[in-house]
Amino acid sequence: MRARLPLQFLIGAAIFAAFALAALVSFLWVPHDVTALNIAAKLAPPSREYPLGTDHFGRDMLSMLMVGARTSIAVAILAVGIGMLAGVPLGLWAAARRGSLIDEIIMRGNDLVFAFPSLVIAILITAVFGPSATNAIIAIGIFNIPVFARVSRGAALSLWTRDFIMAARVAGKRAFRISLEHILPNIANVLIVQGTIQFSLGILAEAGLSYVGLGAQPPTPSWGRMLAEAQTMIYTAPRLAILPGLAIVLAVLGLNLMGDGLRDLLDPRLRRARQ
Amino acid sequence: MIRYLARRLLSLALSLIAASIVIFAVIEVIPGDPAAYMLGLNASPEAVEALRDQLGLNGTAFSRYLDWAGGLLQGDFGQSYTYRVPVAELIGERIQVSLPLAAYALALTVLIAFPVGLIAAARRGRPADWGIMAATQLGIAIPNFWFAMLLVLLFAVKLHWFSAGGFPGWEGGLAAGLKALTLPAIALALPQASILARVMRSSLIDTLHQDYIRTARAKGLTRRQALLRHALRNGLIPVLTIMGLQFSFLLAGAIIIENVFFLPGLGRLIFQAITQRDLIVVESVVMLLVFAVIVVNFVVDIAYGAADPRLRRRR
Amino acid sequence: MFNRLKLAIAALALSASAALAAKDTITLGMVLEPPNLDPTAGAAAAIDEVVYANIFEGLTRFGPDGSILPALAESWEISDDGKVYTFTLHGGVKFHDDTEMEATDVKFSLDRARAEDSTNAQKALFAGIESVEALDPRTVRVTLKNPDGLFPFKMAWGDAVIVAPESIGKAATHPIGTGPFRFVKWVKGDRVEIERNPDYWGAPVKLSHATFKFISDPNAAFAAMMAGDVDAFPNFPAPETLEQFRADPRFRVIVGSTEGETILSTNNKAGPLADIRVRKAIAHAINRQEIIDGAMFGYGTPIGTHFAPHNPAYVDLRALSKHDPELSKKLLKEAGQEGLRLRLMLPPPTYARRGGEIVASQLRAVGIETEITNLEWAQWLEQVFKGKDYDLTIVSHTEPMDIGIYARPDYYFQYDNPAFRDLMDQLNLATAPTRRAAILGAAQAMIARDYVNGYLFQLAKTGVANAKIRGLWENAPTQANDLTGVYWEE
Repeated sequence: MRARLPLQFLIGAAIFAAFALAALVSFLWVPHDVTALNIAAKLAPPSREYPLGTDHFGRDMLSMLMVGARTSIAVAILAVGIGMLAGVPLGLWAAARRGSLIDEIIMRGNDLVFAFPSLVIAILITAVFGPSATNAIIAIGIFNIPVFARVSRGAALSLWTRDFIMAARVAGKRAFRISLEHILPNIANVLIVQGTIQFSLGILAEAGLSYVGLGAQPPTPSWGRMLAEAQTMIYTAPRLAILPGLAIVLAVLGLNLMGDGLRDLLDPRLRRARQ
Repeated sequence: MIRYLARRLLSLALSLIAASIVIFAVIEVIPGDPAAYMLGLNASPEAVEALRDQLGLNGTAFSRYLDWAGGLLQGDFGQSYTYRVPVAELIGERIQVSLPLAAYALALTVLIAFPVGLIAAARRGRPADWGIMAATQLGIAIPNFWFAMLLVLLFAVKLHWFSAGGFPGWEGGLAAGLKALTLPAIALALPQASILARVMRSSLIDTLHQDYIRTARAKGLTRRQALLRHALRNGLIPVLTIMGLQFSFLLAGAIIIENVFFLPGLGRLIFQAITQRDLIVVESVVMLLVFAVIVVNFVVDIAYGAADPRLRRRR
Repeated sequence: MFNRLKLAIAALALSASAALAAKDTITLGMVLEPPNLDPTAGAAAAIDEVVYANIFEGLTRFGPDGSILPALAESWEISDDGKVYTFTLHGGVKFHDDTEMEATDVKFSLDRARAEDSTNAQKALFAGIESVEALDPRTVRVTLKNPDGLFPFKMAWGDAVIVAPESIGKAATHPIGTGPFRFVKWVKGDRVEIERNPDYWGAPVKLSHATFKFISDPNAAFAAMMAGDVDAFPNFPAPETLEQFRADPRFRVIVGSTEGETILSTNNKAGPLADIRVRKAIAHAINRQEIIDGAMFGYGTPIGTHFAPHNPAYVDLRALSKHDPELSKKLLKEAGQEGLRLRLMLPPPTYARRGGEIVASQLRAVGIETEITNLEWAQWLEQVFKGKDYDLTIVSHTEPMDIGIYARPDYYFQYDNPAFRDLMDQLNLATAPTRRAAILGAAQAMIARDYVNGYLFQLAKTGVANAKIRGLWENAPTQANDLTGVYWEE
């Protein structure tokens, strides 16, 4: 039983690491320049020169997927960052002042954001500021805020009743310092697990937004847009639509497996802590 | 209880007001003039100005907000700029697609998730559980628009079992309507069913560890009997909560799927309205969706509060 | 009530016979849904694509080859000074609500279109009218401010159709015209249905029922066509799939010409672009054939100026801007604009989005970096067209004979040349065809030599239809899906 838990994590981590590595390598080297179009070589089948063939502009699919991984990962990570940076302090604040007006306002605000249809708001945001990777990050990030606020509040609330926190309060520490020094390190596990999950959701969300043309703009490759552009060619060159789709599925799958493995790994300890 | 109810009602009203202000403000700053969009490339500035006047676009933001919000209170959603019909009429037409689609997808979700989750819980740690968990992981990871595309390719283009999209309308008969919604509902249901099956499994496993289940097992019930007779009912509470969330998600979140299958639903109405700058439609439909979610949350809160007095003080 | 009964019987009889005879209904795919169905109060091409020649008719109309044919006007006479047009209307023409179409309706329609508070998108068509008089029920006299040989052409536009005062108020949602089809219903977001008008004054149409289905997603359009959900898609949005349709005997691919000059519009007043050497450098950096091949999969005709190649007055000026990257680099160096960065704004159509990526890569090859922004139409209209806040954009100008836009210094590409305006003034006064052609030739050369915009290609009309459908328009002299001659081959 215990031996199986890391396996899930390891598989996930291995899959994801492959994408992360591809993304990192793409900064230094790609087989072909993805901004140079070569119309003469369009829709070429896989060959030694183009291991995965070329797309409708004659760009190398492998290079496109590598740089696309970079886009997906960057957007998702930054969106998680926004969610954590804004959400965790809010959650901690609410927990420190539980039952107060502040707590009520923060939690109602959370509910309010949750009540908005996220994709519609993302579309509205890009309608206001124009479509770009940055605005996709903001749109996805905003909806990560209440998730982290809620998770960190919940985890912090259970800690606030614990003896060592009591001790710190008796010692005269302010709520702010207690949150920072005692609560935050102890909820880090939960945040990491949630972060992994939001990360994978972020990759899916980025794919969805680019699919409707609201994510990263050309010539920056993005999996979702590659998929959208390739759809009509699915008969003539099915790999154009299948490869980016598989990339999305695998990256998300890897992250989810990692997240679940992590949770299973951390859960017993958390459960013990709660009792 | 009365005080609790009053507090929750106040908070509900404040939430709705806050939501309406946020929506109006966002819509206000969207660049793009509906009148210019309607008249197109060669339109003269005078014609655009004349149309703006006709549409009531020339006025202060504050007065337009009051007009809109006041109208909403009386159930008047305003008049669409581009279609020139009452927004309520548009919503009425579109909800005939969106509501059944969401319900259909949710029904499929439940139909898949319940047995699958139950089997996984019953066979915890065995190969069946493993297989199910792996399959649901995959189901969550597949983008639904990609899945939808593959469904269309197989069932519409290759096999001709279903049409590739569109909606004939309910007047063509229930069967024809449901048939048109089948592929979209499947595409929507796959990830949701995967999520729900996992929630179901873990919730059942959690309940199986509770004391009363242990008592029941001590009394001689088998694991399976305990699961079906006792755990299932109690384990359903979190499952139902998730289902509530999924329904409101399906109602508004089908935009991309509606595009793939060119269904005239609420999601596509918003999408189209945004690109055509039919802002009054965007405002009203978003507000309606937000309203629905907030009210559902409110009802759930009240129900929980009625069931468990401790919750009234906690939150 | 009795009428409705009559109709129901007629419909019954029709559907009974339809079971035996050839198919007489059709479903047409369209990319954009019309925002409303009143062609006299909106410019959306989608409006005309539903109603033009089907529901609404004007005094004159465009034929499939772009010629001007009589429509509601049986004939017309032009006074010797070219200023007075006297139209004789067909007799016995009824609107779909059973009211008579008479000279007063023509007067109403034209006066309404040119009124101060008119929201007609092509107000300029009516600007030359001095007065309109209804002499008797079948005779209308239009007096112009200046002689205008193109007046019948202007009256053929979808914006100039004849409407009735009783029904125009509801035309946005329930259009009432004189055409061979009448409106049945509009399921918003999905389709518009029309049916044969049994009381039509002209030759009856062969189709009994037609549905326009709105499918904006190219992939969905492809799937719908393949699955047989739509019978024809006259402006098919995915040129890359046409080979597929060509290979399939169930379908016919219809390739024709449109009035759409697809150009790399250039903001002539935006910093470095005010320098003709920079615009010339851009023109020589462009490889038209590569754009046509890459973005349109080979469909399209390269152009060297803002004029349709199928027009007799067209002059081939491509040599002025042939692909020459070395020359571009030299010109940029002369202008001191090495390392130039420009903003390229792209509206939604495929030609712009795909073409834009190719243009960007071609410009990069001569050392111009571009930042691409994809915009929705509404944003494009606001920011580019109205706000002129852009450097480059790609758009197809689909109005017929629209070279006159270069005479508008406040138009979005901000070309300000008095000599050109002078040419257009001469053109408006010229009536002799040879004289007109000469002026048009000079105008084409002037904008090509000034490198106002990058001239890319004439948009092709690429349609897909069931192989058994006959009578669809091959070319697009105006944006329309004229169904009057459409039928199914047995």
